[in-house]
Amino acid sequence: MADETGRAAALLSPYRVLDLTQEDGWLCGRLLADLGADVVKIEPPDGDPGRWHGPFYHDQVDPEKSLPWWAYNANKRGITLDLDTPGGQALFRRLAHKADFVIESYAPGYMAARGLGFQDLHGLFPQLVYTSITPFGQTGPYAAYHGSDLIAIAMSGFMNLVGEPDRPPLRAILPQAPMWTSMYAASGTLLAHHYRRKTGQGQHVDASLQAGMLWALANAPSFWTLSQQDLVRAGTQIVGRSIHGARMQAISPCRDGYINFIIYGGEAGKHSNQAMVAWMAERGMAPDWLKEKDWDKFNVATSTQEEIDAIEKPFSAFLATLTKEEFGNESAKRGILGYPVNNARDILEDPQLAARDFWKPVEHPELHAAFKYPGRFAKFSGSEPRDGRRAPCIGQHNDQVYVNELGLSKQELASLRQDRVV
Amino acid sequence: MPTHEKALEGVKVVEFAVFAAGPMVGKHMAEHGAQVIHVESRSRPDGFRMHYPPYKDDKPGLDRTGTFAFFNDTKYSIALNLKTKRGTEVARKLVGWADVLVENFVPGVMERLGLAYKVASEINPRLVYLSSCNMGQTGPKANQKGFGSQLTSQSGFTDLAGYDSDSAPQLLYGPYIDFVAVGFGLAAVLAALDERERTGRGQYIDLSQYETGVEFIAPTLLNYQVNGTMLPRSGNRHPYAAPHGAFPCQGDDRWCVIAVFSEEEWQAFCRAVGKPEWATDARFATFAARKQNEDELEQLVGKWTAQFTPHEVMEKLQTAGVQAGIVSRLSDIFADPQLNHRHVWDQLPHPVLGPFDYMGPPFTLSETPAEHFRSPLLGEHNLVVCREVLGMPESEIDQLIAEGVLE
Repeated sequence: MADETGRAAALLSPYRVLDLTQEDGWLCGRLLADLGADVVKIEPPDGDPGRWHGPFYHDQVDPEKSLPWWAYNANKRGITLDLDTPGGQALFRRLAHKADFVIESYAPGYMAARGLGFQDLHGLFPQLVYTSITPFGQTGPYAAYHGSDLIAIAMSGFMNLVGEPDRPPLRAILPQAPMWTSMYAASGTLLAHHYRRKTGQGQHVDASLQAGMLWALANAPSFWTLSQQDLVRAGTQIVGRSIHGARMQAISPCRDGYINFIIYGGEAGKHSNQAMVAWMAERGMAPDWLKEKDWDKFNVATSTQEEIDAIEKPFSAFLATLTKEEFGNESAKRGILGYPVNNARDILEDPQLAARDFWKPVEHPELHAAFKYPGRFAKFSGSEPRDGRRAPCIGQHNDQVYVNELGLSKQELASLRQDRVV
Repeated sequence: MPTHEKALEGVKVVEFAVFAAGPMVGKHMAEHGAQVIHVESRSRPDGFRMHYPPYKDDKPGLDRTGTFAFFNDTKYSIALNLKTKRGTEVARKLVGWADVLVENFVPGVMERLGLAYKVASEINPRLVYLSSCNMGQTGPKANQKGFGSQLTSQSGFTDLAGYDSDSAPQLLYGPYIDFVAVGFGLAAVLAALDERERTGRGQYIDLSQYETGVEFIAPTLLNYQVNGTMLPRSGNRHPYAAPHGAFPCQGDDRWCVIAVFSEEEWQAFCRAVGKPEWATDARFATFAARKQNEDELEQLVGKWTAQFTPHEVMEKLQTAGVQAGIVSRLSDIFADPQLNHRHVWDQLPHPVLGPFDYMGPPFTLSETPAEHFRSPLLGEHNLVVCREVLGMPESEIDQLIAEGVLE
């Protein structure tokens, strides 16, 4: 398996993925594509319904101009296929015959009703790794329940830990459960791939949005296990750091937005707190008692609310005098544990990301423009990421895939088009 | 035909890793059959063994923290003093043994320990070496130390959560971004292992946790570039759904969630709540009208939900084909029938913590399900690792203990 230069094919480049997902599963295929796999997105003849979700380029509601579509389908190829017709189902089986992975996010039973479920395809192609992404999973008491990001975030336990204690629990305004679940589904898919390489056996990877968010809870479940503590949300403060239940301020206002700075304990916390106090002292904003504080004796895990509140007061006053950028640069230089609360502009302008060549220009020939996309999620010494390719237009690669690769004649493709199978 | 072989059976992993972002990559590999050795130190223990509750009976202690246990099941622990020459030698033997090395220190630490990629790859050219840190190995801020609870803010998540644009952004619980980096890091390692099967060569993976977080919010970055606007914080509202949010229920701080996207779902919702007249009410009859009168709509929905428990709301609405769920508390996720059906929890006895609930992966594999054994005590496997993994003679092991290299 070598490319033109004779170099061995990098990462996942020998493999083909058929990507039947809707929004909840887009990132899974995107991630595999970023790792070099040939990911072919299969859409219904009139396009993936997610193409109708904005925000849109120049606010033009157009299935080729959806920004979430662009973001999560870049580096894939795209074909159309109607899975509701017997002709479309037969064609899908032919595609699956040449594929290594199928990923899909239809409701449980949808693919099986079309003769294309895991069992059906496993019977035909036992090597195939088949990944399904649904709100609750393929089986179980809630498998038939309807859900989306909001429902999954709530039922994972995560939502109850976000927001002010006296106000409703919160989600973020961009979907998170689909991202978490799709990302981990890609890992599960690759675990199944390792098993296949050894045994020749494919299997079913069953990812659920509800379970996909569970690890976002970090250590929280262990509070219930060890001490039957049902943690509650604390707004802009951090909970779960002190055995006395003390909360630490995390989000503090600054001159042009917010800064996330927390008082930590331990070695790392000691250095950070000292560096912060030194900086405050330079500006005449450190009270004497704070300058003299012995951080070796300070232990967050046993701290009380009174103690925390007293320490935080001068810190907050100081943070209020800074800009986000000033804090971002100085905290890096001085070894302070904290970061600015960045928005999209701050991230796009961050010199750290520019210095790492993180952004990939992606050409949009149809708009005569190029935009900065987040680049590959990690740098591999053995391979360069390929040039970014914009998300496919509807049916963009039909000729390439059906005629050049699957071996259909032009006439066959034309008749499939006429029957609206593709 | 299950062969009872695990997905990563035979894969060997050594971790020089602390807190969550490194160790969780190893945990997911371990539960799928890899042999994972977590290298620790008694003189400089993992922060999650020290400064973070919950502790068994609220008493701190190196083997008493739930947080360390939760992220390190199914691994072997060796406590090794890496500040000694002999300690480094043992570490290098483990590097020679391993297929995968995971580390998540600030850049420069592995070099000081004599375990940089350059050294490691000379010892073992087949090694896949994952470095996961906050900012990545290069760039002006590469050396900045930090924790996920703050980095989550730098990579844009915090700015996207809040009740409205005028009030403060809200913290997402925990070191949110650490676990984003874990999912991407795991995929990266698995892809590099696959390449190694074809080429015989390992490689170095430089993973910036900050950058992985940015992947999750890509649409807002494109939006700012092409439209010059930023998405406003707007509570739980959704541009294509109404109602869409959390609503109060019976009980102390109990909530349910409801999401109504399509016209069909709206009709079904009106029938299910016993208000078929809403479907024709001018205030709510169309999606545009519901968005315009969303405050009023939410109040009415909240009045209805307040009569029931979250479970009752979920069952009534789901039966009608409407998206609804309970806002689960921690106690609820342990009782959740769906999560239990998926075997999310694996309760195992632990000699210090007692019965402890370990959590499985976010997906299930039909042929090779995850399997766990309990998290290790600090240095619990010193002898096993030296004897069985490294094949050391007893005399050498005795010497390492006497010299304090094995802690």
